[in-house]
Amino acid sequence: MDNLKQAPVPEEQKSTDCRILNECRIAFPSLSANEGYARACAAAFCAQLDPTATEISDIKCAVSEGVTNAIVHGYKDSIGEIIMTLRMLPDRVVKIEIRDKGCGIEDVSRARTPLFTTDPAGERSGMGFTVMESFMDSLRVLSNPGKGTKITMTKKFSLIPRNRR
Amino acid sequence: MQTNERGLRWLETGGSLTVYLEGDIDHHSAQTIRSRIDTKLFLTRPEELVLDLSRVNFMDSAGLGLILGRFTKASELGVGFRLSSPNRHIQKILDLAGMERIVPITAARSV
Ligand SMILES: Nc1ncnc2c1ncn2[C@@H]1O[C@H](COP(=O)(O)OP(=O)(O)O)[C@@H](O)[C@H]1O
Ligand SMILES: [Mg+2]
Repeated sequence: MDNLKQAPVPEEQKSTDCRILNECRIAFPSLSANEGYARACAAAFCAQLDPTATEISDIKCAVSEGVTNAIVHGYKDSIGEIIMTLRMLPDRVVKIEIRDKGCGIEDVSRARTPLFTTDPAGERSGMGFTVMESFMDSLRVLSNPGKGTKITMTKKFSLIPRNRR
Repeated sequence: MQTNERGLRWLETGGSLTVYLEGDIDHHSAQTIRSRIDTKLFLTRPEELVLDLSRVNFMDSAGLGLILGRFTKASELGVGFRLSSPNRHIQKILDLAGMERIVPITAARSV
């Protein structure tokens, strides 16, 4: 038995355990029809954790925001490639990365401010980043003006017995 | 309830125009939904526009933009505005945006 030989993991190491248990990656052109496709992919990937309806709804919303931003802001009037990577980490944590090689963001902290939008004519709410922040456990935004944007989000799924959902 | 040739479902009762939104509301679908509602709104000129959300499965911040845009349009025309029957997932994003402080939201399908 392999696991009998393993030393127990010290407490402080547990939280930094970032072994990848599963990983899926999809690449697609920045067409708005793919917003629904990206949401469905993320929801299907997370289904292996037997999530609650609320957790699935949160994931779909956050992915939709990230992908829509790459489409409408990153690639504005052009079509480019979007890459979404879904990773399963230990302790029921899912990590989602969405990358574009679009225009990038000049001032990330200003962009993350609730209600801030550079496209007021487009009936945007400026709430995309706020949704990602509140529906997920963490959001990291890395952007390089002229080169592109990468957002990374994580969410830890609960362990609620089926009969109490 | 009636459906017009462009696939919009609505109900007119008294001075109210209730539009039944359906399915997924995201950036992709919002544009079509927006022009359908606005066309109907301009042609009908009701006293009140009600957006019924009971059949909406999914909505992201594009839906917030769509709702606020219709609220603005209705206000410009002197038309009242109300949201009706969001499910609990839709309610969550409405709450995040503080929507209740901007427009009335009624829970029951009161027409
Ligand atoms: N992938 C991206 N590429 C370039 N700019 C972006 C990207 N994502 C977000 N932004 C910028 O951040 C701003 C805020 O985004 P968000 O909170 O989603 O609001 P909204 O999309 O409604 O404008 C956008 O208006 C845009 O200027
Ligand atoms: Mg956005």
